[in-house]
Amino acid sequence: MNIAIPGADYIRILPELVLTACGILVMLLDPLLGPDRDRSPIGLLALAGALLATAASLLAAGYPGPAFSGMIRIDTFSVFFHVLIGIIAIVVILASFEYMRVQQIRAGEYYGLILLATVGMMLMSSAVELVLIFIALEISSIATYILAGFRRRVAISAESSLKYFLLGSFATAFFLYGVALMFGATGSTSVYVIANTLRSGPSTLAYAGMAMMFVGLGFKVASAPFHIWTPDVYEGAPAPVVALMSTGPKAAAFAVLLRVLFGSSAPGWFWLIWASAALSMTIGNLGALVQTNVKRMLAYSSIAHAGYLLVAFAAARDIGISAAIFYSAAYAAMNVGAFVVVSHFANLGERYVTIDDYSGLGRRAPALAAMLTVFLLSLIGIPITGGFLAKFYIFQAAMQSHLVGLTIIGVINSAIASYYYLRVIVVMYMREPKGDVPCTPMAPALIVSLVACLLATIYLGIFPNRVLQLALQSAQELVK
Amino acid sequence: MNTAILNPFILSLITFVPAGGALLLTLFPRRDRDIRLFALSVSLLTFILSLHLPLHFANSAPGFQFELDQPWIGTPNIHFHLGIDGVSMWLVVLTTFLTPLCVLMSWKSVHDRVKEFFILLLVMETALLGVFVSLDLFLFYFFWEAGLIPMALIIGIYGHERRVYAAVKFFLYTMIASVFMLAAILWLYAKTGSFDFVVIQQALSSGAIPLGSAGQWLFLGFFIAFAVKVPLFPLHTWLPDAHVEAPTAGSVMLAGVLLKMGTYGMLRFNLGLFPELSHRNAPWVIALAIIGIIYGALVAMVQPNLKKLVAYSSVSHLGFVVLGIFSFTTVGLVGATFVMLAHGVSTGALFTLCGMLYDRRHTYEITEYGGIATPMPVYSTFFLVITLASIGLPLLNGFVGEFLVLTGAFKARALYGILAATGVIWSACYMLWMYQRVFYGAIHNPVNRTLPDLDARERVTLWPLALAALVMGVFPALWTRAIDPSVQAILGNASQYSSQVVEHR
Repeated sequence: MNIAIPGADYIRILPELVLTACGILVMLLDPLLGPDRDRSPIGLLALAGALLATAASLLAAGYPGPAFSGMIRIDTFSVFFHVLIGIIAIVVILASFEYMRVQQIRAGEYYGLILLATVGMMLMSSAVELVLIFIALEISSIATYILAGFRRRVAISAESSLKYFLLGSFATAFFLYGVALMFGATGSTSVYVIANTLRSGPSTLAYAGMAMMFVGLGFKVASAPFHIWTPDVYEGAPAPVVALMSTGPKAAAFAVLLRVLFGSSAPGWFWLIWASAALSMTIGNLGALVQTNVKRMLAYSSIAHAGYLLVAFAAARDIGISAAIFYSAAYAAMNVGAFVVVSHFANLGERYVTIDDYSGLGRRAPALAAMLTVFLLSLIGIPITGGFLAKFYIFQAAMQSHLVGLTIIGVINSAIASYYYLRVIVVMYMREPKGDVPCTPMAPALIVSLVACLLATIYLGIFPNRVLQLALQSAQELVK
Repeated sequence: MNTAILNPFILSLITFVPAGGALLLTLFPRRDRDIRLFALSVSLLTFILSLHLPLHFANSAPGFQFELDQPWIGTPNIHFHLGIDGVSMWLVVLTTFLTPLCVLMSWKSVHDRVKEFFILLLVMETALLGVFVSLDLFLFYFFWEAGLIPMALIIGIYGHERRVYAAVKFFLYTMIASVFMLAAILWLYAKTGSFDFVVIQQALSSGAIPLGSAGQWLFLGFFIAFAVKVPLFPLHTWLPDAHVEAPTAGSVMLAGVLLKMGTYGMLRFNLGLFPELSHRNAPWVIALAIIGIIYGALVAMVQPNLKKLVAYSSVSHLGFVVLGIFSFTTVGLVGATFVMLAHGVSTGALFTLCGMLYDRRHTYEITEYGGIATPMPVYSTFFLVITLASIGLPLLNGFVGEFLVLTGAFKARALYGILAATGVIWSACYMLWMYQRVFYGAIHNPVNRTLPDLDARERVTLWPLALAALVMGVFPALWTRAIDPSVQAILGNASQYSSQVVEHR
């Protein structure tokens, strides 16, 4: 059999190709550098790769349409997520330079794994065929399993990695089983064919398949009741890796959910999403209230934010989708920012990660504290930040779809949430500094990454129009 | 020069000059003196700009003036829609009037992290002004929430011993209450497709959008958010803590302006959007207001702490405002608005005076003082004038507002008037008794014998407040002539309530 592949198809996967090439190059160059040398040249190469891939995503935007016999589709939606994931990768790599030096981890493959994880995430957002989606999911997952255990000498990091790996493989198996059932119910693995078949009335088998797939993806986005792994994994994994895995794979998994869910528009979904949203928000926020470790607190907060995002899923079609897309972007900006601050402050061996360690940070490092304050305020949803508008759109979309109950649960939750974020701000500004906690100056690359997150957070809070327009356009393409 | 050309932009200018100043302040080197001077000039500039409003305000026109309407966010349809009527105009001027005084009174008492303090103060001014000038519900909520953070930080960083507790309590109370308002705003948007106040109001009053059973919930959603800010009994418990722990400037802004956000919100949104429901809910709201008047006064009477006494007196005075608003009489509403302004000036002055005493002795306990009229004659005179203004002595500002509110209350129902009028008597009791214990008698505490009297800076801070109290008492018409038509428009509802911009959209 001879299948002709048009040249434009390669441009449509150019970002993935660039990243894969760079990732392999990084792996090859690493041993050549010698064991005791600084790894930043490798990091720079990875940075270049991520930048190129983001640029390639924009290039691919000029070639919309399906590729590789309808396995991939480039549209505004996929380009949006490509660029978002690319930028997350860039910021995380920038923040990793300092982290790797401080933690004394000399391993170039770290950067290679980040690039490969990014390949998987990007592919998830443009794949429209379930088996390819599964492969993309696995590419990104396996890389993140390894990254989670990168502080090899620390027991909790190994625990984190193992836990993530075991539960994660279990979840992806669910996803795969769901794909199989769906194939049985509809005779196809293409998202579009499935959508068409389901429109004429879904069978029980299709429902079961959907539910299974939701379990798999629900695990990736850390929505309740599939969230149990999150606090332990986030606590153990290196902070920049948490910045990546709390935003990148989440955005990608949400992209898949959006494509599969809204493509098929099966009504039986609604209560599943509704319940998961309400549970995630409540469990996440109540769990975060009692945490003393900042990383664990942010882990529970990320569960809650997955819940807010699912509220948008439960809402009606195009406004719900655009709200969810905007939220992914705003959440990425503020959450990556928060974790980058945590990673800088944690110091050797991530020793300083409790909320008490942040005492008096406002006095010792005013700039760092001010930036963390902005990210936390954005996570609360205070005006002038992207977090406020993102939450606002979600609740507005929910209200417009007559989800009054869910909206009320949501706003009450965001009021509860303000307490634990505020606690960090209180500790930073209103407690006296603790003498023994050092505060090192920030590396230039780290400053660049923090400022990028800060500007993005505020930009989305004051001039949301452009991003919102793109989100809306993506949403309309999706439901068409 | 014809300054009327400024009219469409003046509100945005006034609102964002302080924020712009705060932004510039972040770039300043940490030389405290320069920072203070700069903050003072920015706040004075804002005040001067705001004087443009009363000078060019057309008193006879009932609708919104100085309007600006720019699309901000496409979907959902959010506009940058600003505009004021007589009520909000004077609240804007009150805010810009108090801010430079707050800078002055913080000159020496804030000496640590000075730069951050003035940044927070100026950012807060922008948020407060934004609340009063917004005619888009989204924009209103935006500023409403934005004001929360600087105030909480000012209390929590620069306050007294239990500052953190007070700041967190303040934040959580107001945050939790305002999310209900958010839900109500979103509901209105889902039904009307607009966040614009005027559009929503027209849709509701013409009956195009039937509220049905949701109406009561919407009314409550707005009302609870405002009632916590006011604060209305029994939601007032955050206020004494916040006031006592806040630094002087924080207390002044809190009592002077922040509380008025609540009563302004009731006036504009509860009455403006849900007139029938307001009527229906009036009995219990008035009951709570009257309880607040009497309870606040009685609790103030037994306070051993000067600042707490003033704080509880605020609960009592703000009860008058709510009573006036829900009396649904023109005179009651004009009175309520006037009490808002008068209370802003006189309670602002009282907190300033308390702060000056605190700067000298670092205590607010009344028993620590006594007989200080001898070492501090000028201070005592200022204190007396403001005390009398707060009690409601004729020819001073407190009298006018409370008299009008009581007239309105009597018109609505004699019982309301009779009960509320006791509040005036109580206020005379606790204020004069406090004055006697602090200023008269023998000096039993030797430290007080050598207290220095007011210096030049402190006098400059107090003169404008005392003068304002006097002028407002003698020539209340200067204020009420702009307030009167606006209030009538609110009562008469949409028929007269118009917006130039929305009609031409």
